[in-house]
Amino acid sequence: MGFLDINRATKSYGAVKVLHETDISIDEGEFLVLVGPSGCGKSTLLNMIAGLEEITTGDIAIKGRSMNGVRPAERNIAMVFQSYALYPNMNVAQNIAFGLEMHGVPKPERDKAVAQVAELLQINHLLDRKPGQLSGGQRQRVAMGRALVRDPDVFLFDEPLSNLDAKLRVDMRTEIKKLHQKLRTTIVYVTHDQIEALTLSTRIAVMFGGHVQQLGTPKEIYDRPANMFVAGFMGSPSMNLFPATIAVENGRAVAKARKSGGEVTLPFAEGRGFEAQAGREIVLGLRPEAITDRDGADHRSRAVHVIEVPVEITEPAGSDTFVMAHLGGKEVTGRFRADVDVRPGQVFPFAINMEKAVAFDPRTEARIA
Amino acid sequence: MATDLSAEASAAAIKPVRQAPPSGSHGSSQVIRTGGAARIVIYLILALFCLYYLLPLYIMVVNSLKPLSEITAGGMMALPRDWTLSPWASAWSTAQIGVAATGLRPFFLNSILMVVPAVAISTVLGAMNGYVLTKWRFRGDTWVFGLLLFACFIPFQMVLIPMARMLGLVGLAGTVPGLIFVHLVYGIGFSTLYFRNYYQQFPTELVRAAQIDGAGFFTIFRRIMLPSSGPIAVVCVIWQFTNIWNDFLFGASFSDFDSQPMTVALNNLVQSSTGVKEYNVHFAGAIMAALPTLLVYIVAGRYFVRGLMAGSVKG
Repeated sequence: MGFLDINRATKSYGAVKVLHETDISIDEGEFLVLVGPSGCGKSTLLNMIAGLEEITTGDIAIKGRSMNGVRPAERNIAMVFQSYALYPNMNVAQNIAFGLEMHGVPKPERDKAVAQVAELLQINHLLDRKPGQLSGGQRQRVAMGRALVRDPDVFLFDEPLSNLDAKLRVDMRTEIKKLHQKLRTTIVYVTHDQIEALTLSTRIAVMFGGHVQQLGTPKEIYDRPANMFVAGFMGSPSMNLFPATIAVENGRAVAKARKSGGEVTLPFAEGRGFEAQAGREIVLGLRPEAITDRDGADHRSRAVHVIEVPVEITEPAGSDTFVMAHLGGKEVTGRFRADVDVRPGQVFPFAINMEKAVAFDPRTEARIA
Repeated sequence: MATDLSAEASAAAIKPVRQAPPSGSHGSSQVIRTGGAARIVIYLILALFCLYYLLPLYIMVVNSLKPLSEITAGGMMALPRDWTLSPWASAWSTAQIGVAATGLRPFFLNSILMVVPAVAISTVLGAMNGYVLTKWRFRGDTWVFGLLLFACFIPFQMVLIPMARMLGLVGLAGTVPGLIFVHLVYGIGFSTLYFRNYYQQFPTELVRAAQIDGAGFFTIFRRIMLPSSGPIAVVCVIWQFTNIWNDFLFGASFSDFDSQPMTVALNNLVQSSTGVKEYNVHFAGAIMAALPTLLVYIVAGRYFVRGLMAGSVKG
């Protein structure tokens, strides 16, 4: 049993089931990110943890205590909202202290707590201002201060960065990560941004259609996605998925895929157990960084295979150049080093790192290996 | 494609330069420029309308400040030759109202005693209703709101007899509290409508944040909702005050002699059939009856400021 346990929790509005049976358990100090496209049920799940939405069936427990029927105020949680939700009629200090005031903390202690949090978030100079006089980033800090001051068991973040501009978002992301490392608090964080999910979390729950598709560490999610949805959703550019067929050549399992004017043969790394499945149709998954130029390939990998493929488009992105080509009838993207001289129309050697390859069942979309 | 991009780029480059001078120069291009002659015509027309609207007030004021003899001698439009405040004094404290020579003073007091609680209670209850109907929604809330709205559309005359029966049953007939009750019942429909529509725009996340912070139903209402309700409260108060103060029908129907509001007393003053018609006193009384609503507009209008909500959410 963990610090926060979600046991077979579901949520329905009338006949519409927005969250199917969900089991998640995290330990104290973990940073759980719920990620998925809009309407996947992630915010609903967060509101259920907060007590703002009732659980239809199942149970949510914090520190072993069931939260069914416990009011939000009595769950010892704090929440940061997407819109910040600062009380417009109170100044920053009053905003931060409001929760303490409601819990009957005496004034001198409140002032002390507010001063501490303001120090931590570097908002001391803003304490007398009204929310209307603050910039987006400052409001964000105040909203976090309001959550921090309560010293809750669990912090809930509901897409806290989505209202900030791109630059500030990256800064605040780092700041939240620093804060978590410093305070070691338990956090549940909702976002639709897969980069936020990968950078911040200790564990990620990828959600889609009211189901948790996969729960795992960022590395597990990235390297071994449970199904094609997770593979496509996490990572940018997303994982290349193209149809292939398993065959055995010289006792070794290979994947055969169509390319323009022929076929490529990609030998799997040894010990993946594909030998017994000759003839099986699969969807092969390769991250863009596993498709690169010859010199950019991972030197420690024992399964780099070079194929010649015509280049369709190149997209120089500064640090890398993304190169598109066709494999298995699908457009695939490779991440090349920036200074490689590669041009559209050229037939170019692509180095494929088959150690990183994953295979999915085309029908169930689940990962085979 | 290439030309598009460059056009966009140059537009982006020019933009800051254009915006640099103070906003005045930017706005002036949108004002329609008119020649001197046209401008004179516009002002003339406007002045004419001002005169047209102010004329009745002028007549009331000047005639309330002159002796009766000057009025009966003709010359309603003329300024007083003998300036006097005695019509005002008479209307306030000695004029014959119905059977007693009390002036309007006790009835003015009645109206104040009626209008202040009625406005205050209907505004607070309307705010509460709006709060519940938008932030604590329940099954069938739209129906409840629809029925409340009905109060805004039922003609006054329709409820006179049932209301009289009701007031009699609860023992409030012919009293100021009875009038307060009647105006409350009618006022809540409007105040609910105002506050519900206003709170509909109020971010629900604020209520949720307060819930997590540990605030209950009434604390959220008092500490979060009400402090942000300034503009709509002013609108509601002006509306309710004007309506209740100016009401004649309910006042005439449901009050006794000692609980009559100002409007009914003013009617009795003007209609009293004994003696000569003291037009100057009537004018003074009519102005007195109109002053409080005027005052409410002047005082409350100053607080009619929008934008109190700015900054609660992303701005």
